[in-house]
Amino acid sequence: MSGFAERSVAVNGAPCRVWEKGRGSPVFYLAGFGGLPRWTPFLDRLAERHRVVAPSLPGFPGATGHDRLDTLFDWVAAVLDLVEGAGLAGADLVGASVGGTLAAEIAALSPALVRRLVLIAPFGLYDKKAPPADLWAQKPGTLPSLLCVEPKTYTDHMAPPEGTSAEEWSIVTTRASEAAARLLWPLADTRLERRLHRIRCATLIVWGAADKVLSPSYAERFAKGIAGKTSMALIPATGHLADLDQPARVAEAVLSALS
Amino acid sequence: MKLLWFHLMPYTELPDDFRERHNSVWVDIDSGLLDPTVAHRLYNEFMDELEYAAALGFDAICVNEHHANGYGLMPSPNLIAAALARRTSDAAICVLGNSLALYNPPTRVAEEMAMIDCISGGRLIAGFPVGTPMDTCFAYGQNPSMLRARYIEAHDLVLEAWTRRETFAFNGRFNQLRYVNTWPHPVQKPRPPIWIPGGGSVETWQWCAAMDYVYCYLSYFGYKAGRETMMGFWREMERLGKDRNPYRAGFLQFVGVAQTREEAMKLYKEPAEYFYGRCLHVDSRYVNPPGYNSEATQRARITSQVALASQRAATMSGGATWDEILAKGFVIIGSPDEVAAQLREVATDLNVGHLMVLQQFGNMSRDLANHNTRLFAEQVMPQLRDLFKQEWEDRWWPKPLPKPARAVPQAPAREAAE
Repeated sequence: MSGFAERSVAVNGAPCRVWEKGRGSPVFYLAGFGGLPRWTPFLDRLAERHRVVAPSLPGFPGATGHDRLDTLFDWVAAVLDLVEGAGLAGADLVGASVGGTLAAEIAALSPALVRRLVLIAPFGLYDKKAPPADLWAQKPGTLPSLLCVEPKTYTDHMAPPEGTSAEEWSIVTTRASEAAARLLWPLADTRLERRLHRIRCATLIVWGAADKVLSPSYAERFAKGIAGKTSMALIPATGHLADLDQPARVAEAVLSALS
Repeated sequence: MKLLWFHLMPYTELPDDFRERHNSVWVDIDSGLLDPTVAHRLYNEFMDELEYAAALGFDAICVNEHHANGYGLMPSPNLIAAALARRTSDAAICVLGNSLALYNPPTRVAEEMAMIDCISGGRLIAGFPVGTPMDTCFAYGQNPSMLRARYIEAHDLVLEAWTRRETFAFNGRFNQLRYVNTWPHPVQKPRPPIWIPGGGSVETWQWCAAMDYVYCYLSYFGYKAGRETMMGFWREMERLGKDRNPYRAGFLQFVGVAQTREEAMKLYKEPAEYFYGRCLHVDSRYVNPPGYNSEATQRARITSQVALASQRAATMSGGATWDEILAKGFVIIGSPDEVAAQLREVATDLNVGHLMVLQQFGNMSRDLANHNTRLFAEQVMPQLRDLFKQEWEDRWWPKPLPKPARAVPQAPAREAAE
């Protein structure tokens, strides 16, 4: 993991870090729960064939300004600012987990901005027979094994980068969790389902078969609601943060959909 | 100094193996453990105890708000306060308080508290806590990332509703009301005194100083644990150029009085162990939702006492032992003279002019609670009364209507009808 460029886009006056790597057709990536404290092997794979642009959503590592966003409307407007500010209108859009729900909203509300869509275990729908696990009501230390089949993957991903104090870093990671909560608390129905029919682009839905946060049964509901041509990739032995848990296999599915 | 009698209203019938068999006393406490016929008895006994304390001369009786909580049966303290207002005549009614962000619209709080102030003839102390994570974010589903901003806005709205004498529009970030016109408004002008129970964040202290509110620390772990918080509060007041008027502060202490220390040891061991064992058995999943603590509070490494209790629960098989409860001063027990001497020292050391005593705790019966209360009122209170009295004025106490102007409730209707 090296060779990525960094710039900043202002959203509501707050700076959001934008990382970029690779050449080819542009792919816009919105990360999942926890955000992008560091570049990931999954993004490296995508960058072998695409120009990958990964902005930090407000409040996630590399960005602030979540405290100005009170409603879903505010969040969608912020992401539109990010997409346009990063010069990515018309790019392929990949969103995972928390980023996935926003990717779906953007594709539904501003279809012209999105060429093709990839949703990796996005939030937003609610099945009362399989409600999402409560990410914010977990015993200390149990979150990694809830999010990834290999807990160490998440722990390493979220570890303090070199030169950061553990104390200050814990504020950054808590802020990321808070930003996700600000958007999605209490993980109920965001009414995205009513807007799915507005997604008319080709859409790949990726789900970890061992997702303990959102049951893979949600994949079918997304596919049913989306008007565009959908395909599904269920990745075996993979948890909620699928692209972190199984970067090669998820990248393979995504690259094939974007080829 | 002022002495206030505080009730948490704990459910007294949690089973002996509660810690082993149940997750948490809060949020997802097993609903099957509550028997409404027991609750019927408890509410009536608990209100008896509060009324008894008022009759014995305590300056105030205090109630507070908790939700889905096995040690606090008052989701609506205002209901209890209204009933107490009718059956007491001189004691202040201290509602400590209403978690403002939970009410939609928050003018509900302005209305209900104004009603209590009117019913009681101006005896209300209005407490405005943010509320614990268990109450607000989990039991009441509030978004932890927006809770404090909502709280501050709700406070501004209630204050305006109490003090403005015309119908006005409120165009807030979270609350938008075209017509605000609180009927009734409070007897006390410009408004009832406002007290803020808080966990010890610097921002809360600064806010209390700026608004001239009383800061209350409701310590479950006694004066030794609360000392650091209160010292921090006074250091901040000094930094802000505020005087050391002890009536700026309130502090809660569990107290058990008996004729002798030996007798007190016998009487209060079981209820104390019940409280520190069963009632503080809080699942760690619910104590720290992200955003509940500000980043400044995180940097100051302030940990809430419920989070501490929960950490303790995770590392200990049982609750606090009786020895620990006594050694660390969670509960102050002894003969009236011993208790008076200790409380005098606590109040002086912490510089607290509003001392709230919790004399019914855990599964204590009404008889024992009344015994505890009576000994305190008759033999401890007189030894504490003079403290701070000469040097400081309590600017944060209710100003009721003069006695002749106050309504006298009719004697119980049955008697009147006969």
